[in-house]
Amino acid sequence: MGKSKIQVSLIGNPNTGKTSLFNSLTGLHQKVGNYPGITVDKKQGACKLSEGKEAIITDLPGTYSINPTSIDESVALKVLQDTSNSNFPDVLVVVADAENLKRNLLLFTQVQDFGIPTILVINMADQMEKKGISIDFEGLERKLQTKVILISAKKNRGIQNLKVAIENYQSLKSNANFKETAKKIDATYFDRLQEVNPKKSIYELWLGLTQKNVVIAHNEDFSDFSDDVSKLNQYQHKETIYRYQYINSILKDNYTIDRSKGQDLRSFLDKIFTHKIGGYLIFLTILVLIFQSIFNWATIPMDFIDELFGSLSEVIKGTLPEGKLTDLLTDGIIPGIGGVLIFIPQIAILFFLIAVLEESGYMSRVVFLMDKIMRPFGLSGKSVIPLISGTACAIPAVMATRTISSWKERLITILITPFTTCSARLPVYAILIAIIIPSKKVLGIFNLQGLTLLGLYGLGFITALIAAFILHKTLKVKSKSFFVIEMPDYKLPSLKNILFTVLEKTKSFVLEAGKIILPISILLWFLATHGPSSYTKVEEEFNASISEQLTAEELAQQIASLKLEKSYIGIAGKTIEPIVKPLGYDWKIGIGLITSFAAREVFIGTLATIYSIEGVEDEGTIKERMEAEINPKTGGKRFNFATGMSLLIFYAFAMQCMATLAIVQRETKSWRWPLLQLVGMGILAYVSALLVYQLLQ
Amino acid sequence: MSTIASLKVGQLGIIVEENQHSIPLKLLEMGCLPGAEVEMIQVAPLNDPMYICVNGSHVAIRKEVASKIKITNLDCTDGEK
Repeated sequence: MGKSKIQVSLIGNPNTGKTSLFNSLTGLHQKVGNYPGITVDKKQGACKLSEGKEAIITDLPGTYSINPTSIDESVALKVLQDTSNSNFPDVLVVVADAENLKRNLLLFTQVQDFGIPTILVINMADQMEKKGISIDFEGLERKLQTKVILISAKKNRGIQNLKVAIENYQSLKSNANFKETAKKIDATYFDRLQEVNPKKSIYELWLGLTQKNVVIAHNEDFSDFSDDVSKLNQYQHKETIYRYQYINSILKDNYTIDRSKGQDLRSFLDKIFTHKIGGYLIFLTILVLIFQSIFNWATIPMDFIDELFGSLSEVIKGTLPEGKLTDLLTDGIIPGIGGVLIFIPQIAILFFLIAVLEESGYMSRVVFLMDKIMRPFGLSGKSVIPLISGTACAIPAVMATRTISSWKERLITILITPFTTCSARLPVYAILIAIIIPSKKVLGIFNLQGLTLLGLYGLGFITALIAAFILHKTLKVKSKSFFVIEMPDYKLPSLKNILFTVLEKTKSFVLEAGKIILPISILLWFLATHGPSSYTKVEEEFNASISEQLTAEELAQQIASLKLEKSYIGIAGKTIEPIVKPLGYDWKIGIGLITSFAAREVFIGTLATIYSIEGVEDEGTIKERMEAEINPKTGGKRFNFATGMSLLIFYAFAMQCMATLAIVQRETKSWRWPLLQLVGMGILAYVSALLVYQLLQ
Repeated sequence: MSTIASLKVGQLGIIVEENQHSIPLKLLEMGCLPGAEVEMIQVAPLNDPMYICVNGSHVAIRKEVASKIKITNLDCTDGEK
């Protein structure tokens, strides 16, 4: 054997339990990487075979066919064409589910034509009897000329057989049939195509021709062929029909399914969940329950993380010798890490709930119900999932748009997602609402503060839709929109799969957000603790000018506050003061706005530093301090109703999240779109905040 | 001639050979083949999208596409509504 590790790729339709199988094979030895040049995550894991042999398993995103209609789906084709890649598969494992075997075999025949040894795995063995399915495995193996393995990923059965088959992959022969198919479609046409590059297989050339936009590198000149689009289309149709004829001939004697069995529960649940009125009510109820649980369950671990990092800073401050490095650690790095980790509870809970809805098959029903409603806004039913995810964090939400096949619908969804109220806005909202909105009951039962928060959520969502509508009418983007969504059978979600999903998404959030927020926190710390030459003199001048009436502690606080004013960031705040003044802000709030560009919630921490308060653990103090802050011009409160509302509106609209901008750049492969978000949302935020302040003042 | 879009919930039809190239490739690949039986399972408000079962595949498609796929209507007795 040339290699000690066998490269295996898992490929299959969505909803076949492919990911369950991947989890069973690899356990926790998984990592998510990136395909070079492709934005989609690459999920990989090691799987122990016998006698110290090992397989590297790559889980390709689910796809119905090798002819992709979305970014997610295109990965399979790219991987199978990229023969020089170190992860190029030695053996392919096609995962099919027993109920939809016919449709699943289409992908199998397409994949087999690449000439790579291909094993067929039939999953959901535990469901076969219930659904009236019987399969003659020997017959199937004979006809398909490969190993066919029955498994139940859920019950962990048949996995060992699969491992043995993977280990002995070299005994499988490759079984490419496309030549025959091509002859049947149009022999002269394909002979001509072969002449374009005699060294390549006819299937490779055919895919190179039909999938020009997907295939990474091809040096062939297809100009003789690409003109006749209708012929191309016609031949693709023929290819598919021939494939199905072949599949039917294989399944005829080896597979039977009694379609009347096992459908009762499905049609019963469909009647409820897709009901024209009831379906929407159920969806609304589920949404409310999701938000409720995020708020109720997440606060305790969030407070815990907050305190943990607060006291960690304190402890380190107390134990390490004083100095720049200690300051960097306690005021820059630790709060920076804490600022990312604090969102884990909310994000994990939200992804847990979304994964339950997706695994159970319910989410497809939501897509079905919402599609028509979203369409006038240039969105698709599939945009609903990113928009819900956006209430936790825009980063995973933007990544969740990959299943939307129409580029225009996907782009609009990406562009408007940051309007949804994400968890980073909540600390800012919470403290401002507490200051400017009285805590009283309206209409007997509703708390006015709670209603304001709800109003901000509504504002975010409505603005997102309006923005989508405007983009829909103005964006001139070429895109082929094709909407089809599978309505999978309902099933009980597997806790193991869901936990894996939550782990994976949370990890990617921490890494994506962390690599942006952490360096910015350090940069901000530097700018706030360093300044031009006058900065170093602050202490001496201050000591000279002030009498000894202050206690040592008060003195230290005042010095800290004055130092900040003279630091680089203080200078920046003073510089932008004329710009933010019409919105009702002073230079201190201006600094908060600047630092918020790392992440919105930094606003509170910045104000705390500026108002020289130690730590932010005790929200009471920062709130009291903000309430007590006086506007020297008017003599009234700095955070009065007008300024507070203006700030709320600003935070609702402004694109203050570097991490999101970076993700949008990665997903759209262009700086144009994140810049549009930054500028567009910035202008909207500024103008709206200006109007609000001027009207309320 | 009727199309998938003209089916009522619970009704069945057979996709005809004629005009098969107007079936998008993706749907064809999902089993929406000439000669296959289609059942209308559910429609969303305003009859769009439409939730069908074809060749054992349960899929939802937009009305725009459904109205391009021609069928022969099978008079259906066990359909509800």
